[in-house]
Amino acid sequence: MNVQSQNWVAIGQVTDIPRQGSRCVKNGDMTIAVFRTTDDRVFALEDKCPHKNGPLSQGIVHDGCVTCPLHNWVISLETGTAQGADEGQTASFPIKVEDGTVLLGL
Amino acid sequence: MTQKLKLVVVGNGMAPGRMLEHLFEAGDAYEVTIFNAEPRVNYDRIMLSPVLSGEKTYEDIIIHSDDWYAEHGVTLHRGEKVTKIDREAKTVTSEGGITAPYDKLVIATGSNPFIIPLPGHKLKGVLAYRDLDDTHGMMEAAKKGGNAVVIGGGLLGLEAAAGLKMQGMDVTVIHLMPSLMERQLDPAAGFLLKRELEGRGIEVLCEANTKQILGTEKVEGVELADGRVIDASLVVMAVGIRPNTQLAAESGLEVGRGIVTDSTLRTSDPNIYSVGECVEVGGMVYGLVAPLYQMARVIAGHLSGPSDAEFKHVETPTKLKVTGVNLYSVGEFGEGPDREDIVLRDAMRGTYKRVIIKDDKIIGCVLYGDVADGGWYNEMLKSGDSIQEMRDTLIFGQAYQGGGGGDPLAAIANLSDDAEICGCNGISKGQIVKAIQDGGLTTLGDVRAHTKASASCGTCTGLVEGVMALTLGDAFALPDAEGMCGCTAHSHGHVRRLIKAKELKSIPAVMQDLEWSTPEGCAKCRPALNYYLVSDWPGEYVDDMQSRFINERVHANIQKDGTYSVVPRMFGGVTTPDELRAIADVADKFEIPTVKVTGGQRIDLLGVKKEDLLPVWKDLNDAGMISGAAYAKGLRTVKTCVGQDWCRFGTQDSTGLGIKLEHLLWGSWAPAKLKLAVSGCPRNCSESTCKDIGIICVDSGFEILYGGAAGLHIQGTTPLGKVATEEEVLEYVGALTQMYRDQGFYLERIYKWADRVGYDHIQDVIMNDHDARKEYYKQFLFSQKFAQIDPWAERVAGAEAHEFSPMADLKLEAAE
Ligand code: SRM
Ligand SMILES: Cc1cc2nc3c(=O)[nH]c(=O)nc-3n(C[C@H](O)[C@H](O)[C@H](O)COP(=O)(O)OP(=O)(O)OC[C@H]3O[C@@H](n4cnc5c(N)ncnc54)[C@H](O)[C@@H]3O)c2cc1C
Ligand code: SF4
Ligand code: FES
Repeated sequence: MNVQSQNWVAIGQVTDIPRQGSRCVKNGDMTIAVFRTTDDRVFALEDKCPHKNGPLSQGIVHDGCVTCPLHNWVISLETGTAQGADEGQTASFPIKVEDGTVLLGL
Repeated sequence: MTQKLKLVVVGNGMAPGRMLEHLFEAGDAYEVTIFNAEPRVNYDRIMLSPVLSGEKTYEDIIIHSDDWYAEHGVTLHRGEKVTKIDREAKTVTSEGGITAPYDKLVIATGSNPFIIPLPGHKLKGVLAYRDLDDTHGMMEAAKKGGNAVVIGGGLLGLEAAAGLKMQGMDVTVIHLMPSLMERQLDPAAGFLLKRELEGRGIEVLCEANTKQILGTEKVEGVELADGRVIDASLVVMAVGIRPNTQLAAESGLEVGRGIVTDSTLRTSDPNIYSVGECVEVGGMVYGLVAPLYQMARVIAGHLSGPSDAEFKHVETPTKLKVTGVNLYSVGEFGEGPDREDIVLRDAMRGTYKRVIIKDDKIIGCVLYGDVADGGWYNEMLKSGDSIQEMRDTLIFGQAYQGGGGGDPLAAIANLSDDAEICGCNGISKGQIVKAIQDGGLTTLGDVRAHTKASASCGTCTGLVEGVMALTLGDAFALPDAEGMCGCTAHSHGHVRRLIKAKELKSIPAVMQDLEWSTPEGCAKCRPALNYYLVSDWPGEYVDDMQSRFINERVHANIQKDGTYSVVPRMFGGVTTPDELRAIADVADKFEIPTVKVTGGQRIDLLGVKKEDLLPVWKDLNDAGMISGAAYAKGLRTVKTCVGQDWCRFGTQDSTGLGIKLEHLLWGSWAPAKLKLAVSGCPRNCSESTCKDIGIICVDSGFEILYGGAAGLHIQGTTPLGKVATEEEVLEYVGALTQMYRDQGFYLERIYKWADRVGYDHIQDVIMNDHDARKEYYKQFLFSQKFAQIDPWAERVAGAEAHEFSPMADLKLEAAE
């Protein structure tokens, strides 16, 4: 990741995302899933499961992970890597919250 | 760094793919370059038939993705056919002019489909069945519909025929021999197979000889030797394969039927090996992957160091990959004076079993319909054990050995290590045992995660548990004693009891009080807890949307491509012209690609984009329709037959009663899905006897049945009792439903719950305990007050709005 050229884009308020839930951000052809945990941390992953491209934004969020709705892979919100015995990784994006506004690094 | 040896592989099929996997497991001694005439990565050729039939896609059958080549530093030249091997200079050169030097060369050119040079064989629309392009060609042709002729009634021809039929074509199979698959099946099994295919609407002509393919520019038909003409817009020739030896022959290697190798797969040039269908080893050539995989292992051994691995002939069983057709054959089945047959036929079930014995040993078997014992017979064929002791019971299969009835664990213990346990994922007993031992696995969940066994269709779960019980002994805890999931040691039963006893009314409260080991639970326990709370505290508990599986959260079914399906309720399967018009209008307006009648007597709109859900629902709501809950662990459908109003046998208003039941039950959540049916007489046209709850109307009243299953498991219903009036049906069914809602474990269908708590007990409560029944019914009606709110209407009115629109659209914003 090239920090110098980081471009922070405001995508909305933290409260727009349900706790233990997710919202999508469209970026051209790519969809990015933005997650919010119970303790209000936010994470951004490409909305594509490393298994068969399932939409991760539609999964159940628990313990810093999301379970993919299609075949139940469990993906780390922080790193995008599949947990347990499954292998694969989804792209993750830098994200931060300033005064309640969510900023996505592209 | 020492220079790596250069390995060049010609051909990128399944055989060399497997060889490279073994080679990379052993080390990284080679720098590998692959030339492949096909312009793509290594895929599972076997699975082309499911691709053709539409059950899989190309992506599903890729074996090595681009990442794999990158990871192993393999150079893959796609679409580059090798045309020259210079054995002096040790280089190969491709059609496109790429030259690569090698230290070791592996020729894996596979086979070519054999095309009979009939007049017309070069016309457009004549295809072979070998690779992805052929498969796509057939799928493309099938889009236009019409007639297809498949020449050849062997494994490939029949898979092609079944696939084309599933794609909607009218299919005729032309086969030269008197019975189908004559090399793998005896005439009796061939006959059963023919009858099955004909039952599916495929025309099968045996002893038919093709004279010519008709047409001027493209195929128009096929003319048989006896003068018959069959119209066809597509002709698939599947009459056999020939090892592809051209390159090897031109390079001066010894070639017979295939590329001749010794038992280490080395050709007549010591630096050149060959693997796959192009090989002739021990005088044999092979056309199924199991022996090719054995070759792959042998070569990898020799390439990665001194090895004494040798290829040995083993019989490979044949199965046909046509959904719903079960056949199994292995070994020899020709008749002979020194051979003895044991045959078992069951005309009712359409099964046929035949075991062929010579000198008290099994040398072959042919099974049709009931193939469960195929693996067992093959074990004995391979081991060469004497069957003398069990000759009398041999044909009944493994379950009947050793004193009848049979202990399932003993049967599993008897299986050899390479006996296949999970058919979907091809996992053997030995692999499961090894994973358990190496990984210290103790739960079914672990075994699934590490081996994939029983993780697909799940029908082998019992076998997998058996293997676990044998491997772990006392350390194996049966799953129902297991905790709900990895987050707790409490079982479902405990949790349900404690929620009520301790009056726990939220998910965090349950997790706190029952000492969950994870902070927020997981995707298994959260939906279960949410259901228990919804069911136990109606009107009090607020449904936790984030603990619901996506389908129940957005009230539509997610599809494999991330779109959704929408199924409006059609009470009792009855609709009106207005409803149908509204459905048609919605389908047009939102360009919904597929409109399908479901197996549950209603209509499914498939492929709806998530952002279209709200407006689609609005239009359906406006026409008076509500969600059919086709996604819910709750009431799905009440199927009915026409009944008294129309049917000459109808004894009661089965349609009307079904509609009343659906009005009573819709909206209710349950441990698992709940499906009902009402039939107007014992002819049972709405299939009441395999539903969760079924009603059969008779002259004197209504028989209530329950605990049927017709999905992963099949079983008929058990009678609950008989009542005289419709009002009673509603009350008894409502009470039964509530008892199940109250006691069932999450994802436990009625039949599993009843198996667990006992059919007699349930019958006793609902039929004989007047007060208990009234109380359950009252509770049910109370909980329905909060459940019967159409979720579509709620969302159209603005609930859960965040679900249905993206949070931001960056490209749009940039443009603004
Ligand atoms: C649409 C439909 C097929 C069709 O085109 O006809 C269908 C589609 C699905 N079925 Fe089914 N089943 C459909 C009728 C059936 C039937 C027949 C029936 O209801 O009479 C059965 C056998 C009866 C039974 O339920 O036992 C059936 C037994 C299953 C099972 C096995 C359940 C079991 O306990 O054994 C599953 C898997 C599961 O639930 O875990 C399943 C799962 C599914 C899922 C939900 C798979 C999934 O998780 O994505 C499919 C969703 C498709 C979608 O998004 O719309 N479907 N499914 C049928 C919808 C009926 C309706 O109007 O609501
Ligand atoms: C529809 C279908 C269904 C099948 N079902 C089953 C089944 O159920 N069970 C089973 O065991 N087997 C089945 N088979 C057979 C199985 O797929 C084959 O035995 C196996 O794939 C052969 O592997 P291979 O590596 O030897 O050859 P192939 O997979 O044929 O690979 C050879 C490759 O080499 C390439 N090639 C050829 N010449 C050159 C050259 N000069 N330069 C570069 N590349 C070249 C070809 O383009 C091809 O891609 C089925 C086959 C088909 C077509
Ligand atoms: S789950 Fe049902 S609808 Fe889906 S493929 Fe299987 S049988 Fe068909
Ligand atoms: S696509 Fe995510 S688990 Fe399969």
